[in-house]
Amino acid sequence: MDSAREKTTHPSGVSRRRVLGGLGIAAAIGATGAVPVAASLLPSATKTANAQESEPAQPTHQWAMAIDLRKCDGCTTIDQAPKCVEGCNAEHFVPPGQEWIEILQVDDPGGYTSFMPRICNACENAPCTKVCPVGATYHDPEGSVLINHDKCIGCRMCMAACPYGVRRFNWGQPPNPEGASLANYTPEYPVPHRKGTVEKCMTCAHRTKEGKLPACATACPMFAIYLADLNSDVGTNGKEIVKFSRFIGTNAAYRLKEELGTRPRVWYIPGHGQDYGRTVDSTVAAKTPRNWQELGATLDSNGMPVRPSSSTQGASN
Amino acid sequence: MAPLTRTSRAWMVWMGILLILIMAGTVAYATQLKDGLAVTGLNDTVTWGVYISNFVFFSGLGMAGTFISGILRLTGAEWRRPLTRFAELSTVAALTICAIMPAIDMGRPDRVLHLIMYGRLESPLMWDIMVIPTYLTASIIYLFLFLIPDSGILRDKLGGQVSGFRRKLYTAVGMRWQALPEQRRRIERAGTIMAALIIPIGIATHSVVSWIFGMTYRSGWDSTIFAPYFAVGALYSGTAILITLMYVFRRVYRLEDFLTERHFKLLATLMVVFGVAYLYFTFAEFLTMSYKMEASDGALINQLFFGRYAAMVWLGFIGGQIVPVVLAALPWTRKIRILVFASVLVNVGMWLKRLVIVVPSMSAPLLPYEWGAYMPSGVEILITVASFAGFAFIMTVFAKFFPIISIDEMEEGWELEEARAHSVSGAHAPAALKPQVERA
Repeated sequence: MDSAREKTTHPSGVSRRRVLGGLGIAAAIGATGAVPVAASLLPSATKTANAQESEPAQPTHQWAMAIDLRKCDGCTTIDQAPKCVEGCNAEHFVPPGQEWIEILQVDDPGGYTSFMPRICNACENAPCTKVCPVGATYHDPEGSVLINHDKCIGCRMCMAACPYGVRRFNWGQPPNPEGASLANYTPEYPVPHRKGTVEKCMTCAHRTKEGKLPACATACPMFAIYLADLNSDVGTNGKEIVKFSRFIGTNAAYRLKEELGTRPRVWYIPGHGQDYGRTVDSTVAAKTPRNWQELGATLDSNGMPVRPSSSTQGASN
Repeated sequence: MAPLTRTSRAWMVWMGILLILIMAGTVAYATQLKDGLAVTGLNDTVTWGVYISNFVFFSGLGMAGTFISGILRLTGAEWRRPLTRFAELSTVAALTICAIMPAIDMGRPDRVLHLIMYGRLESPLMWDIMVIPTYLTASIIYLFLFLIPDSGILRDKLGGQVSGFRRKLYTAVGMRWQALPEQRRRIERAGTIMAALIIPIGIATHSVVSWIFGMTYRSGWDSTIFAPYFAVGALYSGTAILITLMYVFRRVYRLEDFLTERHFKLLATLMVVFGVAYLYFTFAEFLTMSYKMEASDGALINQLFFGRYAAMVWLGFIGGQIVPVVLAALPWTRKIRILVFASVLVNVGMWLKRLVIVVPSMSAPLLPYEWGAYMPSGVEILITVASFAGFAFIMTVFAKFFPIISIDEMEEGWELEEARAHSVSGAHAPAALKPQVERA
């Protein structure tokens, strides 16, 4: 792994971005066995590179995520609907009722409960990309699983194949924001939404490209969601910076249905929101998140989302 | 030959009903095209429903016809002769409907050409897209081969009595058939080659159909026996439809002399064999799942046998697997009407079984979700009814133009019998006839 590449990051990056790059040099070699070596993904990444001709053959980043469930209280302690879901809804104009990120309530032993945000696992051995008959769903070189909505034929084979139930289908014509027809559709930012095609969390490929955290991570007031670059082994939730392999290794992080061999790129650190005072016997359910229409999300003249302040705010800094 | 040339009022009424049903399905599909699959009962949890189970069902109906005709031809079973034509026809009709179903299920039918432009061999769906047209084409060729002599006969015998279109049709399909020994030899050889080819293609077809399920991680689908399980199920359901169709044709065209009780019994024996094999697979499949009760498998088993799907599962299992097999196996119930009743039960049960394969595995939660719910909408029901009407329509139209029992096969059989009788009585069979008949 050539950590010098880390210096050639986007100039648009925020200050956090530069920190990421700097730490990368020190941390790059540190990727342990707990983290899949990014190089193992490269063959498949280059295979799909023709769909993304502007991308370099050797990707600079290999994005992964970690969700610290010790910090996830389902936004119950602040008596709000899950902010991550609302942030995602507003960012992508997610068709109402088919959230890309969901807060699942998990039944733990002893009758206790915890919350688990479910996003796309960006599996390295992704069942969905294998079964697509037209190659409409694929890995981008940096590890996100994307969907080309100009290609998708709506057979829903990928929905049958996904072992996590992540994928959503536009059964009818989904509502689009005003001016969406002028928006610049890309598989990374699939607005406008199209009838008869499959959608899902794209792990915010359009934002990570620009060195920004995914919309859910930005919106999370608890800073529970981390974005990490496996190449440099650096991760951040927007508040602290961690050496990613150590972070997941020392916190007993697990991946969903690891035994299936899908090699997800999303790790979960077990917990029940205790960092914010939620107790295991709490029976408070997560509130229903508002959809983008209720949040009043709109597009600006460049076809990019205008984020309503209520959905992007972090709580305490 | 009378049904070919005379059109009764009952036939017109029957065609009228079929056309109305097909029209209703077409209108239903038009609304689906306009408003999208939102008009169905499908949702993000249960993403496949009756369209896909119809697809599996019709591919099952289609599997047996040509397959059985091929096996019986290769093994030289003489009793096949009056069955081959409508068996092969049922395959062509069922596979045509089967091929349409996934297209109806597509969210973007306007992009069907993407399958050719961007097709990926890695996708199990692409395997289906390759194998079903292959089996359909092979079945059409196989059906067509033995239409050549029959059309030649019709051309010569009906020449003056029929319309210009029919004359042209028979002349074209008859391909200058004059029953010359060389022609006969070649068509027999072609028939044997096709029969041998069709058996692996038939097996491949239903195996591949099973793999759109078997290649996933879902409980109930994630099974290594799915390919043979589906293939045996298809043979079971396909043999049953042959019995049903045989009865219909026998009644409608008064073919009691050709399609005798013996034919029903022999086909019923085949049905019992496949039925028992299918029971065996069903047992093996569910025993291994329910012995271990792996978390998600266990949840599915509970819902299937004791939960929300119990009615459908037990109805399909007892009504579609146990009862018909017993009826067709016991000597004192082996009467034509009872066997036909059993064959209808089989296909009702097998249709349910396919729905039970598709829907519960889709409803089962993959993460801590609720169980998904699915109830087919009016549009889906209309399209399903239309697909059955389409199956009947293809068969009816075909039977209007071509004999439903192969004239040539029958004649050949009679000649063969005569030849045997001669050789028994010391006379020699005509030299040209004997070897070619043996090969048949």
